Amino acid sequence: MLEIRNITKVYNPGSVTERRLFENFSLTVEEGQFVSIVGGNGSGKTSLLNIICGSIPIEGGDVLVDGTSISKLKDYQRYVSMGRVYQNPAAGTCPNLTMLENLSLADNKGKSFNLRRGVDRRRAEGYRAQLRSLGLGLEDHLDVKMGALSGGQRQAVALLMATMTPLRFLILDEHTAALDPKTADAVMTLTDRVVREKKLTALMVTHNLRYAAEYGDRVLMMNQGHVVLDRAGEEKKNTSIDSILGMFNQISIECGS
Amino acid sequence: MLDLLISTLTQGLIYALISFGVYITYSILDFPDLGVDGTFPLGAAVTAVLLTQGVNAWLTLPISLLVGALAGLFTGLVHVKLGVRNLLAGIITMTALFSINLQIAGSNLTVDRGTDTIFTSAPVMALLGDMTLMGRKLAVSLVLVALVKLVLDAYFRTRSGLLLRAVGDNADLVTTLAKDRGTVKIAGLALSNALVALGGCVVVHEQRSFSATMGTGQLVYGLAAVIIGVSLTNFFAAGPLARTLRKTRALRWLAHPAGTTSVILGSILYKLCIQAALSMGLPANMMKLMTAALFLLVLVVSGRKGEEIIHA
Repeated sequence: MLEIRNITKVYNPGSVTERRLFENFSLTVEEGQFVSIVGGNGSGKTSLLNIICGSIPIEGGDVLVDGTSISKLKDYQRYVSMGRVYQNPAAGTCPNLTMLENLSLADNKGKSFNLRRGVDRRRAEGYRAQLRSLGLGLEDHLDVKMGALSGGQRQAVALLMATMTPLRFLILDEHTAALDPKTADAVMTLTDRVVREKKLTALMVTHNLRYAAEYGDRVLMMNQGHVVLDRAGEEKKNTSIDSILGMFNQISIECGS
Repeated sequence: MLDLLISTLTQGLIYALISFGVYITYSILDFPDLGVDGTFPLGAAVTAVLLTQGVNAWLTLPISLLVGALAGLFTGLVHVKLGVRNLLAGIITMTALFSINLQIAGSNLTVDRGTDTIFTSAPVMALLGDMTLMGRKLAVSLVLVALVKLVLDAYFRTRSGLLLRAVGDNADLVTTLAKDRGTVKIAGLALSNALVALGGCVVVHEQRSFSATMGTGQLVYGLAAVIIGVSLTNFFAAGPLARTLRKTRALRWLAHPAGTTSVILGSILYKLCIQAALSMGLPANMMKLMTAALFLLVLVVSGRKGEEIIHA
């Protein structure tokens, strides 16, 4: 269980551009829940993910996993049990390393990065099988540098890498936003499969309301640091894309945009 | 003429050790480490003192590696733990080392002819005693540089080496792999500076002298060697010869020279250029100007201009 308790997040504190995003914000995510988070720009979606991962500091409150605070842990320490895929396809892989080297890096997560061989060729067949399941024809290009692949291909590999070793939480930060509709669908299907298969607790920020309605078992809509819509389970299943869109438009009108 | 060529080749090889260090920071870690200008004479100062004290010549190599690693460790800690920008962290180390080097050596030092260097030590004489001193210098440097190259190549293929390359390529990814990028950077800087100090050490063996100002321009030298070498091998790898080589299984490896091989070639080529200029009558005092001018030329011609980063 992931719990965000009474957090306060202030950007540019003390200056004229000071902005209080979160004030006593709380959120609880049950084990195994797949949460889609939607909301306009500046609503706090990405900040929320960054706070969970420890990428940005908070001014108050606590982040807890199973009741234990992880606020004191550095970002890299939190990633022991977390995986993350970013919006930018270039962010999830090393462009100048080959796909095999990238996958090997991910495969070694949680182990000691010592003087043993970095790439274990015996594992290559397993990587190929995983790549084959993506259906992007990547399995024959293990020795190609990651930077030579398309955004969609890189994002699919980034998702594979983020979820290769055992983990509990998957953080998806608009990970389909930079992809063309067809590739985005493919990556989304893959995401859903991985989350189900590995029984992950997932938080997905998305601007695609259809994905938010179709995938996951809980949907949150955020606006100016508040949750304005929170539906889970049966209620979520009965939530149509139109009702989410309606709500979204209503907020936008209230904000005057 | 032949003597000049051999000595230039030797110099190119010895300075390749420094270029290896620069390659690790600049190309792999994306960290322009100005500390090089201090670490190089640090290795030299330590070696000069040890040699004049009668310490075994070969022992100066691991000791130089160690003191160089400490200097790199310092730069790394200043950058990572104190949050000082990479360029400034290097400058702090470089400036501090200038005084430290003088403290170690006392003043400019000369190692007298009677003292054994690695080129005149007993095991080398037993093996290569028939050769001239110049030939021995070339042979020993060649073996030393080849050895360091092979060790580095092997290291880059280890898990630790892979992580080092990943930090320079995409540090955020390393964080999501639950590894502290700062620690990796510090380790990389230690390794890099160890190699630079080793270069300084071997230079003292070769020229039997240490001067406090010998570090000036070493980073530029290393950068030039790296950029020339990597640009040329990239050019070669994209060319028709490499395409032909790739067709034959046994020769395929030749088509993609390792980064370290490129660095050795770049270092030799750069020394040759400078030597050519000196031979054509350029006064020795003008050498740093020449080094800088040539570096600028290399940057412009290779189209890198310093902002694009090269990788293994």
